[in-house]
Formats: sequence, structure tokens, C-alpha cells
Amino acid sequence: MQKSTLLFLLVLLSAAAYHIGRRRSLQVAGGTVRSLHSLPSYYGYYAALWCGIPALLVLFLWTAFENSIVIQLVVSALPEELSSAPPDRIGLLVNDIRNVASGAVAGEIEPAVEAAANHYLRLKDTSNRLLSVLATFVAITGAAYARQRISKEHRARNHVEKSITVFLIVCSTLAVFTTIGIVLSVLFESIRFFKEVPITEFLFGLDWSPQMAIREDQVGSSGAFGAVPLFVGTLLISLIAMLVAVPIGLLSAIYLSEYASSRFRATAKPLLEILAGIPTVVYGFFAALVVAPFVRDLGARIGLDVSSESALAAGLVMGIMIIPFVSSLSDDFINAVPQSLRDGAYALGATQSETIRQVIIPAALPGIVGGVLLAVSRAIGETMIVVMAAGLTANLTANPLAAVTTVTTQIVTLLVGDQEFDSPKTLAAFALGLVLFLATLALNIIALHIVRKYREQYE
Amino acid sequence: MNEICEISGGSSSDRTIDVVHASLVKRRQAEKRFRLYGLLSIVAGLCFLVLLFGSIIARGYTAFQQTSIALDVYFDPQLIDPDGRRDPSALMEADYDRLLKNALSSMFLDVKERQAKRALYSLLSAGASYDLRDLVLANPELIGKTQKVWISADDDTDMLVKGQLGRTGAEGERRIKDNQIAWIDKLEADGRIKKSFNTAFFTSGDSREPELAGIWGAVMGSLFTLLVTLSLSLPIGMAAAIYLEEFAPRNRWTDLIEVNINNLAAVPSIVFGLLGLAVFINFFGLPRSSPLVGGLVLTLMTLPVIIIAGRSALKAVPPSVREAALGVGASPMQMVFHHVLPLAVPGMMTGAIIGMARALGESAPLLMIGMVAFIVDVPQSIMEPSTVLPVQIYLWADSPERAFVERTSAAIMVLLVFLIFMNGLAVYIRKRFERRW
Repeated sequence: MQKSTLLFLLVLLSAAAYHIGRRRSLQVAGGTVRSLHSLPSYYGYYAALWCGIPALLVLFLWTAFENSIVIQLVVSALPEELSSAPPDRIGLLVNDIRNVASGAVAGEIEPAVEAAANHYLRLKDTSNRLLSVLATFVAITGAAYARQRISKEHRARNHVEKSITVFLIVCSTLAVFTTIGIVLSVLFESIRFFKEVPITEFLFGLDWSPQMAIREDQVGSSGAFGAVPLFVGTLLISLIAMLVAVPIGLLSAIYLSEYASSRFRATAKPLLEILAGIPTVVYGFFAALVVAPFVRDLGARIGLDVSSESALAAGLVMGIMIIPFVSSLSDDFINAVPQSLRDGAYALGATQSETIRQVIIPAALPGIVGGVLLAVSRAIGETMIVVMAAGLTANLTANPLAAVTTVTTQIVTLLVGDQEFDSPKTLAAFALGLVLFLATLALNIIALHIVRKYREQYE
Repeated sequence: MNEICEISGGSSSDRTIDVVHASLVKRRQAEKRFRLYGLLSIVAGLCFLVLLFGSIIARGYTAFQQTSIALDVYFDPQLIDPDGRRDPSALMEADYDRLLKNALSSMFLDVKERQAKRALYSLLSAGASYDLRDLVLANPELIGKTQKVWISADDDTDMLVKGQLGRTGAEGERRIKDNQIAWIDKLEADGRIKKSFNTAFFTSGDSREPELAGIWGAVMGSLFTLLVTLSLSLPIGMAAAIYLEEFAPRNRWTDLIEVNINNLAAVPSIVFGLLGLAVFINFFGLPRSSPLVGGLVLTLMTLPVIIIAGRSALKAVPPSVREAALGVGASPMQMVFHHVLPLAVPGMMTGAIIGMARALGESAPLLMIGMVAFIVDVPQSIMEPSTVLPVQIYLWADSPERAFVERTSAAIMVLLVFLIFMNGLAVYIRKRFERRW
């Protein structure tokens, strides 16, 4: 039986169990529903849960372990001269066997491999049958057990609610597991990387050229993993982005919340927020196709030599992307400043702009700083714009007209395409990912802390 | 005493009110300037928006039309069906390229040289012979007859007809040569060139040839990926929001979960891609490039958005509803699921749609899990390798052919239409169902 069919069957069985449980509870009650502890439907749910969940667990565990066990059995049944090969050869062989079994191979097939493939298919078939029988058996037993438990005093609602609570808790902890997953997956590969390249060289080295010679006799690069040029490039582009986004975002937030009529605000604010909803790949295309040539031509006209992948173009477009982010956060913080502060300033004779500059902005400053830090972390982690519009060569420069590369660009170039998980080139991407994760995490924690402190101040 | 007298008794312009009056002009100007800066920055933001949309639409709208050339094709039985048996498998294999070449040569009899002939044949799309094959397979009576057939043109021809490829400049640097231009002009003068709606763009998968490339494969990939994302992130996100808002005790563990959710919302998307690569592909061995893995990664990414939106929707339900439900004897679970949740669902849906819109536009994490592969076939299930719309845009943006620029812009327009629709739906739901208490 196919697994999807089995799943469907289990759902059907659970639905049947619901009816059985409900009927049983009515039968037990002898016509007076009031004598039951819970509503009849809860007895139904109780039976359905007992029917479905254990069987689903069996299905899940079976699927998780099925493949490795079957492969193990196939390998152990291989002829002596094949099964004694080194592990990586066996891996290739297993791949072959799988391909033959799925019929994806045309041409000549070794008889040993073909026999193994047949063996593999037989085992899979047996495993599937076993699973179907087992899961159905577990489901029916579960339903029968639940039906037998049903009585007038049985607290079905409490049991059902308890299992719902468990489900809710499991779902809410997923965020924690995601974080742990990110940390572990990036950390493991990074540790492997740092075994080959010292961490000091990675963090403080000034030379980045990750192309490794694959063969011994290859001429050229031996691979250098000094990430400082990447950090500088990332910071340069982020700085340019902030120089665009912070003034424009902050000033438009001030205008929208302090000066604009409510009609103007109702049109301009959603329009500005469209900028936040545009996919980053669109910004990348815009940067590469419109802004970069424009910047280059402009530079050529005033006699500057601008690279066609200049940091300026990428930073400019990234800044545009971040404008609504800065403006909506600043808007929140400016609105959170109590009206009494404004009234006080006006009473002293300050004009509106003086009130804003000397009272409101200083009062909202911690929040705005927090918002800007969040924006910085977003700029550092932004990928598509820099992949499409920034360069690939690592230049250690602070010149915004030159091409620089960033951490995210390098992660993408190192990981897209063929990968070997034992070469430092691939692992370097994970080390860069670790740095990126830690940097943005630190920025976020600081920013969220500042924002929270600020919010408490006026609550 | 003397000093004070001197200050107050000095010239009249030293009185405080006069100082204020004198500075008032300046202060009012500063006020005006400040206001202007604010207005200018909004105008700047809106200008960027207009520029962005304008440049993409201006570049992309031509991609919705495709140039085709009318040829009088003689369906030579000698070439395609020498046995005369109309056997479909033989018809499949036949040399339709030759038919097209013959048709073109008969129109330009003066072209004799090999190189010139090759230049002439390259005016037609590389996929033209397949169109011809399908035509014959659908209608075998054509064999032995001559018929006028509209054949889709090569991308360079297309670009020239649309006026996007320069006719001037050194011939060696041009994609399209002088003799080709002359032929195209002649065809155009004969009325043998027309522009029609580009259906291939919407119905076919990716291709190296711009005139054959379409977005349907990427749209299906996006659809499958979003389906996986939605079916996982919506129930999990709602459940997490319900637990955290309604049931969770205030303790360290809950705080930890909350801090984690807030942080995950700000983790760069590419890091989720690294997680997907290391965990789903390398550890669990799920198929690379598949919508399943893409959907899982995007689920983890959109969960924080959905949880945060769901919590604020639940928070907006007034406590009186809860108290009333508890007061008539509902259990806390019944109170939440029968009374609070139905009132919070519109807000949760709005959050979910906005999360889905973000997932639809996301590309960086999908690059990490191999959804950048060049895939021609349209995916049929969540296990098959596929790509998604934003990644398709990225791939086309990288292609050197001039014709891919307009196709990239057109694909962006399609993506933006989807996004506008989703956001519009979210706004509609909010406006229609939101209740103010």
C-alpha cells in the first residue's frame, strides 16, 4: 500500500472511531446525555485520537528509519568483494542500486547490482506491507481500547483538551528548535572549517580568494580565507544604505505624523509601504539594470571612474528598500511620545519644528536608534540586491565607487552550483553564515532591548 | 545697580520682545524649511516607487508580444513521410528543420553562400521545427500540400522588430548583421511579419532560448512551494499564537519562546537557507531543489510573522468575551475555540496572507537549497525539482541575451500582480471582517 493511501485510510479509520466513540457514549448514558461527564462529541474525539495518533506515530517512525535499515540489509547481503569496499565506494554503489531499482538507468547493469536492486525492491515491498498491517492494527486496537474505556464517569473532555494543549505547546516551541537548528547546523560546519583554516586567519585575514586548487599540480589560487574585505564591503554598502534610508525615512515619518493632513497621510503612507512589499529580487534587477548604469554614466560625465558594480548603486537601492522600514518604526515611536510634551513645548512658545527637533526627537531617540539598528541588521543580511548588483571580487576599500563584495554575496556564490561538503570552499560559506547570524543576532537583541526599554518609559 | 539700569535702559531694540520679534522671521523660515524637507523626502520615496515600476513596465510590456514570420511551407512527403504510411512515430522523427529551410530558401533565392544561409535560417526560432511537427501530427492531411504557416521568430529577430536592438553601429559588434536586417525588412514589407500575443511565455517552462522560455514552470513551482508553506505554517502558527496568548503561564520558558520568535523574525533569510541545506537536505536527505524543502524553509521563515500577527489578533478580542464564556461554564479550551478564535480569525488570516506574500517574493534561501537549477520541465508534484518565480527572475536577469531583459521585466510584472492581489485580499479581509470593540 502506498503511504499516501495508508494515511488516507488512517484518517478514515479515525473518522469511524469518532462515530463509534460517540455512539458508545450515548449507549452508556442510556438516553440521558446529562448523566455523562462530557458532551458525546468529546467521547468521539477521544476515540478518534486513540485511533489516529499511535498509528501516525508508527507510520512516522517507520518512514524515518525504513530507508537506512533497508540499505543496511541490502549492503550486508552484497557479495563479499563488493561489501568489503571502503565506505565512499559503498555510498556510490548504494546510489547505483537505488537508480537501478527506480528504473532510472539505461544501458548495461552489473549482475550483482541488479540482484541487489531486486533485493532492495523486495525489501521495500515487504516493509510497506508490514507497515500497512501494523499501522492498521494499531489504529483498530487504539479505537477498541478507547471504546472500552468509555463510561459515564469517564472524563473524555479533559483528556481531549490535554492532548490539544500538548499540540499547542509543541507548536509554540518550534521557534526555539528552529533557533537551535540554525545554530547547530551553522556551527558544526563552521567548526569543520576552522579545523582547516585557523579562526584568526578567517576573522583578521586581509585576503579573500576562496577558489581552491582541486588537483595538486594546478596553478593559481591556493585559497585564502581572510574575511576582512567581505566585512568591510558589507559595512560600506550598509552605510550607504543607511545614509539614504535614515534621513528620508525619518523625515517622512516626522512629516506624516506631525504635519500631514489625515487625508494625505492615508494615501502617502500605504504608497510608501508598497516599497517594503516589493521582492528583493526586483530591487536587485532594478539596481543592476537601471541604477548601476546610471551611476556609472553620471560618474563618467563628471570625470570619475565608477565601476559598473559599484557599492554606491547597490547601497542606494538597498537604502530605498529600507526607507519604509525606518519610516514606519520611527512613526510608531514618534506617535508614542506623550502629547503633554508637545503641549509643554508649544506653551513655551516653540514653533512646531523646534518642538520636533528639541523635544520630540530627543524623547523618541532611544526608539529611533533601536529602529535604525534593526534596519542595519536587515541591510547586513540582505542578499539578492548585492548578489545581483555588487561585485564578486573582494576589494579592501572604502571607496563607494569601487566594486566590493559582501558576506551574503559570497555565501551564495560559494554554495550555488556543485558542492563538496569536505572542501573548505563550501564550509567557508557556513562560517560566513555563522558570522552573519551572530552579528544580526547581537544587533537584534540590542535593538529589541532598547525598544522595549523605551516603550516601558511611556507606558 | 548701575549695570541693571544700563541693560534695561539701553536702546529699545534690546528688549526681550524685540529680540523675539527679530528672530521670528528666521524661525518661521526654519519652520518652513523643515516642513519642506519632510515633504521632499516623501516625494523622494514616492519618486523611487514610480521610477521602479515605470522602468520595469517600460522594459517589460513588449514581452507580452512575440514576433512571428509567415512562411509558405511545402510539407514535402519525401522528407517527412517517405513510406507514405502516416506512421506517427515516423512523423515524430522526421526532419522538419529541412522543411523550414526549404521554405526560407525558396523565398530568398539569391542567398547561396553557406554562411549567409546559416544567417538566414537563424532568423527563425530554434523551436520552430517542433511547432511544425505538432502541426503535422495533429493534421496529417497537410503532407504533400503547401500552406502558409506563422513560425515564431528568433529572439534577435524579435528584438529587431520591436526596435530594441540597434541597427546602427559597427556590424561586428552587433548581434544582428546587415544582411539579416535587409531580409527582415523585406519580410516586413511583404506583410510576412506580425506581432501576436505571447502565449508561450505563460504556458511553457524555462529555456535557454528566450523566445521559447516561459514562466509556467516557475509559477507551478511557486504554487507547490506556497502550498507546502501554507499547510504547515498556518496551523502551526495559529496553534503557537493561541498557546502563547491564551494559555502560556508567565515564566522564563515562555519568555524564552517569545524572545526567540522576535529574533527569528529578524534573522536574515539566507541563514534559513543554510539551515535548510544542512538539516533538510544533508541530514534528512530530502530531494534537492524540490518544493517540499523550499516549503519547509519558507515555513520556518514565515512562522514568526504568522505567530506575531495571530497574537495581536487574539489580543484585540476584548476580555469580556472570555469572561462571559467562562461565566456560562465553558472550559478554557472551549472558551478559546468556540468564542475567541472565531473573532480573531480574520486578523489571523490577514497576517497569514501577508506572510505568504513575503514567502512568494523570497528567493535568497531558495538559492541555498538548489532551486536555482535550470529546469525545463513543469513540476508535477512537491518532490520534483523545480524553481520559483523570484528565482526564475534572478536566473533570467543573469542571462546575457538581450531578449531576456524584457522577459525578466515581464516575469516581475506577473510576480507583482500576484503580490498586489494577495495584499489586496488581506486589506479586503481586514476592512470587511475587522470588528472594533
